[in-house]
Amino acid sequence: MSTLDFVILIGTMVGIAVYGVWRTRGRRNLSTYLKGDQTLQWAGIGISVMATQASAITFISTPGQGYESGLGFVQNYFGMPLALVLISAVFLPMYRRLGVYTAYEFLGRRFNAQTRILGAALFLLQRGMAAGITIYAPAIILSTVLGWRLDLTIILSGLVVIFYTVLGGSEAVSLTQKYQMAVIFFGMITAFIILLVKLPVNLTDALTVAGGYQKLEAVDFSLDIHKRYTFWSGLLGGFFLSLSYFGTDQSQVQRYISGASLRESRLGLMFNAVLKIPMQFFILLLGALVFVFYQFEQPPVFFNETTWKPGVRETAGEQLGSVEQQYAAIHQEKRSLIYAWLKAKNTGDHRAEMEIRSQAIAALERSHAVREEGKAALLAADPAIRTNDSDYVFITFVLHYLPHGMIGLLIAVFFAAALSSKAAELNALGSTTTVDFYRHIVKKEATDAHYVTASKWFTFFWGLIALAFALFANLVENLIQAINIVGSIFYGVVLALFITAFFLRWVGGKAIFWAALAAQALVFLLYFSLSISYLWYNLIGCAVCVLFSLILQSVFRSENTLKKEFPSA
Amino acid sequence: MKPQDPPTLITSTVLEAVDKDENQTTGLPWLATWNSVYALVLGCFAVWVGLLYVLSIVFL
Repeated sequence: MSTLDFVILIGTMVGIAVYGVWRTRGRRNLSTYLKGDQTLQWAGIGISVMATQASAITFISTPGQGYESGLGFVQNYFGMPLALVLISAVFLPMYRRLGVYTAYEFLGRRFNAQTRILGAALFLLQRGMAAGITIYAPAIILSTVLGWRLDLTIILSGLVVIFYTVLGGSEAVSLTQKYQMAVIFFGMITAFIILLVKLPVNLTDALTVAGGYQKLEAVDFSLDIHKRYTFWSGLLGGFFLSLSYFGTDQSQVQRYISGASLRESRLGLMFNAVLKIPMQFFILLLGALVFVFYQFEQPPVFFNETTWKPGVRETAGEQLGSVEQQYAAIHQEKRSLIYAWLKAKNTGDHRAEMEIRSQAIAALERSHAVREEGKAALLAADPAIRTNDSDYVFITFVLHYLPHGMIGLLIAVFFAAALSSKAAELNALGSTTTVDFYRHIVKKEATDAHYVTASKWFTFFWGLIALAFALFANLVENLIQAINIVGSIFYGVVLALFITAFFLRWVGGKAIFWAALAAQALVFLLYFSLSISYLWYNLIGCAVCVLFSLILQSVFRSENTLKKEFPSA
Repeated sequence: MKPQDPPTLITSTVLEAVDKDENQTTGLPWLATWNSVYALVLGCFAVWVGLLYVLSIVFL
């Protein structure tokens, strides 16, 4: 990176953070600190919701996914529009009418204080543990590629986000997210245009090559449950995942309840329901086109070059050197075949086109085999090496082929995405701790200024927890999977609390509280005794909790089951 | 002094008010009701899926 890149990167990041704090200075009211000044229009809410969901991994790893597996991953988002419509129609009007600060406050009003505390505690446990990942995951990739110190990358990016989230509260988060998303959109669109310009063939030919290599298979209607991404798994799984994330996770709920009116909040959600699928498609297509680009330009054998180069120099030099030579030779042959394939296609010689295409596909398979040989040699030399390099594909393209200035902007894109999602998480953790625990249990009578100060301290505390998790994340093997497992263990029961609250109006607080505890205990028991995919615990936890609540409600008939009125929190 | 959480109950009054919110107009031209907005959103989803499917088979 050049000086220009550093100026753009630091200027963008620090400038947005300072502007956010300056614009929101002097907020001393709990409502404005936690929900903003409630003047946010639909576009602002929509961007804020989008920025909260899209982390740095979205922009670093998703193009890598497009490069490796094509567009199929977009199907994971197919359940989202349906879930957002349901949230807009059922969840949102209730949250706004009750004027709640947190989603769990609603549980208190609907059921009882214990259920509210249970919901909030499950959120803090799950989100608090995941807090470090949104900083750690991009920091490990960027520090590796750019040669920066990992701990300093984590600490500096962590301090920037803590600074403006603590000082500016929810409004600063929404405001900075607007500018961060502007940087992200501008950077990604510019990278896309540069990629198109650098491709030696036109877009139609590039799509022909991508399609020929099965990178454009976006929709798969097959019912095969062993396939990773299908229309049906995306629709069903994506629906439940989106319903629990957007409907019950405070980091999202806090974004859309801060709208100027119910109308603005609803339109903000609909903005995401319409635009999320094309946005993910665009990022995956970028990856697929990077794949096409690397059919004409020699790609590295292994995209994490900081791991590969020492291997070549020191541990497995001879073997890896031979792999590099074979890989380069196959690449030359493959490139000639692709040019011949496109020539045959453009002259209308269908038979020759099909024949040469088969040869090009065979050449790609041979180059994959050589690449695997290289990975195996690396692994034999150092068993601790991670051989999945798809996260490094897009950043490698950025560093090698984008002009100076643009490199700084793209690194700013990755950091902006990390900060925007991290800020919303910290804001939500601080709000939940203040509203559902501190104000509800510890100090019930205090001034607004006192609660604002408490909220700032809690946000700061969660920021430090996130930093600590990020700094020590490498001590835990496969941390991201560990966090996903923890999330899956709790998410099902949390979703069940809200589904019961909204749709099973005859179920009371006592029944759902004990049902939730029993279901959570059962999920733990199953987790330690079964060996099924952890994603199933979302469904099991939710279904069992709802079922238990119905059974217990019939047992607790003495409770007022008509639910015209519910006990206060 | 900040008063304690008001002892708001989710009463039938609140539920009726929520239903009233539901019936508020959208303020959008040609889409007067929220149901028509939701139908448009789901229609857009169907169009995206259709376009993606076409892309999948055109360049197969």
